[in-house]
Amino acid sequence: MKFVLVLVLLLSIQAANAEVDATSVDFDSQTITIALTQEPPQLNSMKATDQVSIVILSHVIEGLVGYDRRGNVVPGVAERWEIDDKTATFWLRKDARWSDGSPVTAHDFVFAWRKTLEPATASEYAFILYPLMNGEAINQGKMDSSELGVFADDDRTLRIEFARPTGYFVKLTAFVSYFPVRKEFFDKKGGRYAADATDLLYNGPFRLTEWTHSASLKMVKSDSYWDKDNIHLNAINADYITSDTRARLNLFIDGKIVHTRLDGETYKDALTQRFRIRRFSTGNVFFVEYNHRPERITRNRNLRKAIQLVFDPNEMVNKVLATPGNLPGISPFPVWLNGVEDKFRREYPAPVTDIDVEKARELLETARHELKIESFPPLVLLSGDSPTAAKQAEYMQGLLKARLGLDIKIDIQTFKQRLAKMTSGDFDMVNAGWGPDFDDVMTFGDLFASWNLNNRGRYNNPAYDIQVRTAMNSSVPKIRMDAMGELQKIIHDDAVILTQYEQGVIYLMHPKLKGVVRRVIGADPDYTRARVVK
Amino acid sequence: MTDITSFQPSDEDFARVKTDLAVEQISRPSLSYWQDAWVRLKKNTRATISLYIVIGLAVFTLLGPVFWQVDSSLQDLNQISQAPSLPKTAALVGAYKRWDGIILEDFPAEPEAYAKSVAAVTELRAFEAATTQQVRITWNPTPGAGGYNIYRNHRAPEDFNDLGLPLGSTFGGNEVSYEDRLSLESRAYYYSIVPTDGYDEYEVYTVTAITPQMIITVNDARGRNLITADEENNLGQEIRLEFHPFGTDYLGRDMLARLMEGARVSLFIGIVAPFIYVIFGIIYGGFAGYFGGRLDVLLMRFADFVVALPFLLFMILFKIAFGIGPGESGIFPMLVTLALLLWPATARLVRGQVLQIREQGYIEAARLLGAKPSYLILRHIIPNTMGVILVTLTFAVPAAIFTEAFLSFIGMGVAPPTPSWGSMCNEGIKTMLSHPHELIFPATFISVTVLAFNLLGDGLTEALDSRMRSRE
Amino acid sequence: MLAYTLKRLLAGGITVWFIATATFVAMHQVPGDPLMNDKAVTPEIRKNLEQKYGLDKSATEQYFIFLGNMLRGDFGISFTQQNRRVNDIIRDHFPVSATLGLLAIFFAATGGVLWGALTAIYRNRLPDIIIMFLVILGISVPSFVFAALGQLLLVNINSMLGQSLIPVAGWGTFAHMLMPSLVLGLGTMAFLTRLMRSSMLEVVNEEYIKTARAKGLSPVRIFFRHQLRNAILPVITVLGPQVAAITTGGFVVELVFAIPGLGRYFVQAVQQLDYTVIMGTTVFYGAFLVFMVILVDIIYGFVDPRVRLE
Repeated sequence: MKFVLVLVLLLSIQAANAEVDATSVDFDSQTITIALTQEPPQLNSMKATDQVSIVILSHVIEGLVGYDRRGNVVPGVAERWEIDDKTATFWLRKDARWSDGSPVTAHDFVFAWRKTLEPATASEYAFILYPLMNGEAINQGKMDSSELGVFADDDRTLRIEFARPTGYFVKLTAFVSYFPVRKEFFDKKGGRYAADATDLLYNGPFRLTEWTHSASLKMVKSDSYWDKDNIHLNAINADYITSDTRARLNLFIDGKIVHTRLDGETYKDALTQRFRIRRFSTGNVFFVEYNHRPERITRNRNLRKAIQLVFDPNEMVNKVLATPGNLPGISPFPVWLNGVEDKFRREYPAPVTDIDVEKARELLETARHELKIESFPPLVLLSGDSPTAAKQAEYMQGLLKARLGLDIKIDIQTFKQRLAKMTSGDFDMVNAGWGPDFDDVMTFGDLFASWNLNNRGRYNNPAYDIQVRTAMNSSVPKIRMDAMGELQKIIHDDAVILTQYEQGVIYLMHPKLKGVVRRVIGADPDYTRARVVK
Repeated sequence: MTDITSFQPSDEDFARVKTDLAVEQISRPSLSYWQDAWVRLKKNTRATISLYIVIGLAVFTLLGPVFWQVDSSLQDLNQISQAPSLPKTAALVGAYKRWDGIILEDFPAEPEAYAKSVAAVTELRAFEAATTQQVRITWNPTPGAGGYNIYRNHRAPEDFNDLGLPLGSTFGGNEVSYEDRLSLESRAYYYSIVPTDGYDEYEVYTVTAITPQMIITVNDARGRNLITADEENNLGQEIRLEFHPFGTDYLGRDMLARLMEGARVSLFIGIVAPFIYVIFGIIYGGFAGYFGGRLDVLLMRFADFVVALPFLLFMILFKIAFGIGPGESGIFPMLVTLALLLWPATARLVRGQVLQIREQGYIEAARLLGAKPSYLILRHIIPNTMGVILVTLTFAVPAAIFTEAFLSFIGMGVAPPTPSWGSMCNEGIKTMLSHPHELIFPATFISVTVLAFNLLGDGLTEALDSRMRSRE
Repeated sequence: MLAYTLKRLLAGGITVWFIATATFVAMHQVPGDPLMNDKAVTPEIRKNLEQKYGLDKSATEQYFIFLGNMLRGDFGISFTQQNRRVNDIIRDHFPVSATLGLLAIFFAATGGVLWGALTAIYRNRLPDIIIMFLVILGISVPSFVFAALGQLLLVNINSMLGQSLIPVAGWGTFAHMLMPSLVLGLGTMAFLTRLMRSSMLEVVNEEYIKTARAKGLSPVRIFFRHQLRNAILPVITVLGPQVAAITTGGFVVELVFAIPGLGRYFVQAVQQLDYTVIMGTTVFYGAFLVFMVILVDIIYGFVDPRVRLE
């Protein structure tokens, strides 16, 4: 009996703070409901690193510039700007306001950028501010943050000094780490800054008004946003938090959410439901990384070339991944990257590999002689514990056994244990991927430079490093892109990695919701300028 | 009938009757408790059925691979996720040749001006005979277009929103071809072309239906020994593909072979692990309950301790402690791990039962008659908790099978490509609506195993419980 | 009774301390650490992070700091949700899990006792056989399948009715809770059904039942007063730990039905090696479990006066 009482009590408490479920779109109130894949882990723009936090932040806080729907830079808090090799200057608009009514000033940017680089903040993405003069030294604790190369000449003029030429700097400022933070508010909140909806100050098109952790968030149109006349949505409700794609599809079918991503399985149900399916490239590249450390047999180039000659990325994309949108991986530089004038990959076409099993076997034999071994020991393929990762690893295992007679041991590890093994170099091959941090070829180009910590296979090639340095120290597009073109060639010729695919996703979007932007860099999806039509 | 009053006894009536030893003989064997139980078990219908099931499973696991000699890890990318069916045939073709597509030179890539609307493309057609290797389509360009989006559906689209899968795009109004290789099957596909301005779509479309022919390349056929050397030049010839009576999985591997191989792991873990930890739990709980007092408190607090440990964390720890290398099968460490972490539930249950039973009159009587604790526990207490124990045991079977699958999933247990029923189930879940056979088969085998144990459990309960004798 | 309860609570406290210590040691033995991420951080940034979270101290030092904080009831700040205290996480999400879990146990217990009694009464007849098959299906199919199918059922009901009658996911009203708690309780219900059946069959021929029958008591009264009450003991034994297990073990159900419960944190914390959340949730769960076990033992004494606790 007591049990039932407790139950009734708990039920009534839980039911008390409930709302009636809204439908996914409402024309009259211009309200939409979305689902998030996880609770935003960090809404402090100086420390956020994950996609969900970035999506929320980009709706409620605005940086110096933004992107339009075709990926072009457009003014944000900054009205206009000038940039050269050594400095950049941004002129801020006068009608940019925080949600407490105070104006957004150049000081807010100076404060945020300094704070992000301070060692005590321990921001994981602090490196993205290294192009600023003294940025790296400050982050290492060698200098005081007041020496950072960013200055508020007056309330509305922000001047930047660079550590090295950074032609893509304007695009960088669209990233959350470059967002402004109002010092007075931050100090007032102390350690609780960004902990709840009331612990943040907003200058973007929306304001976060409710945040029930792990359950829901509510964003409401801001009446102090300078461009509020072009914002149509009045509210965005994130009422569901789940990463389960089937659950999200069910919510979509039930008319509860406006958008959901489909996977290899759920798209079949979406087809049956006669939904309009859309396609989008995420911009991420997936590959097998080899271990180039001296004691590993994968250091042998001929072995790597042999594997390259039998691996068909088309088969991977069409038969193993088997969802539309993925592109066969033939280059570490994805197709969407810009080159000098056109897309990078059109100006510098990726070298093509033709499958040649005979030649691969010859190379393998050469490799065996070079390594002075009787036969090849099993290669260890480190893999994550997600179903897709395991499936890809099994495919590689079957492929290399059938075509080259190589034995592969799949080493499945949970997330952190896999990272530990990647860092210590305890693998021969590992399934890896890379997502861009900013809109420039360099975000992929320097990946296998000898000093890059993300180069987990410790590939070390002076010829490669030289090209990266050339591109880094120049602001002339042609010189930079030529260097990147060379890198693309080196990666292919030396079979540094085995590129597998460029990721694409398919998704559903409510047909009455127009103007949602999908993008590779920044908030994705971006509902800022969306509208519900009748 | 003799009249009793008129009966007169004679001397003969008082003579000693000859002793007939045969009458005194015990004609049936004397049965101990366990022997009696065995006899009655054999007569029990449920137990008999379970026996047949067990024999069936043993035959499937041990003899099956002798008759069905298919490599369970062999991938057949021509037959991915096939439902159970009769053998299929495919036409022999040469190797895949790259196609550069069609880019018209006399047509502008980008329209001169942005058009508000454009006409749908015309003459959408297959460029060449469509096969399951590739479908190549082409169409006539439409003026004003800056590119085209290509869609594919399994049925004729009803309207613009029903075009199906967005396969890809071409960039440039003069790029009028597309090659589709996305998991093609031999069925009708409805391809639609939507012109774009290079970015956004115009709301017009053109559809055509194409049915690819099932094919196999010479290389594939040779690699799988489907053709002889002199057949290699017979392009176009129909070849019988490998037969998969239970269908294939997501990498085209034979389900039947995988079920047979998976049975070894799953049945071993599913039967041995529960026995180990249930027996340990019985002894542990029996002691705690019988002796009670301080020993009970100590033992049960330790059980609480084990239950509260975070399972996943300790699994990862054990994996490292046992030093299981990459790709190695850790069946033995897994048994130990399961035994170490899963016994407390049984122990707690048995202890509860023992607490209750030890206060019963017959236990007291037996003790007063001088029965030793070990005799009491074995002869009186355990048999009386048997019902509960057997229920626990039968539920431990699927639990162990699924724990094995979970452990394999995080890299402990069996390494891929070795299958187990549990991991096949986990993989089948993902495709349970479109390819239900990948879930139903392993789940059925697990269910049947569990059924066998439940029937056996019921049979045993009835055979062991002396109180039920009266009902037979 | 009071002395007994106090003694048990003390023993429970010691158990929790053991749990905390073992988990702490295990956590630090496992390769990897909470600061590692997909993208590598520079040694400088890493040093900053270590300082911030006190990971630059030795493990022993960290252990004693943790113990000190734990005694003060402070579990620190989460590594993955860097603005939230572990205490807040438990406070916000445990009530959700508890509601879901108790409702699940309610379904499981009533269902289990009912079906179990039914199968015992109709032993070896059709209802018994049908329920046995359902039970076997219930335990041989992974719970994820039931969660997915349950949700699909709701979607289909809603689309048939043309309106969203029962929410397919989310949390808030009683309607939100029905399907997830049913799915969550399914396994336990199956177990309790079989357990109940078996213990009913054991009880049915006891002398006291015969006595009761001989006294001329009505069958209904015999069933409830004598049979059920005696047969229900094993059910109560498993119920205590099951309540604890179900409240924190609802990971799959919480994920599929988008429920903001503690179960998700429990699993994700280990995957992410979120030290503070692992310790916080484990200690909390341990304490909860110990408490439930004590509660069950006390209830035991009430239900069956023959059982002596001392």
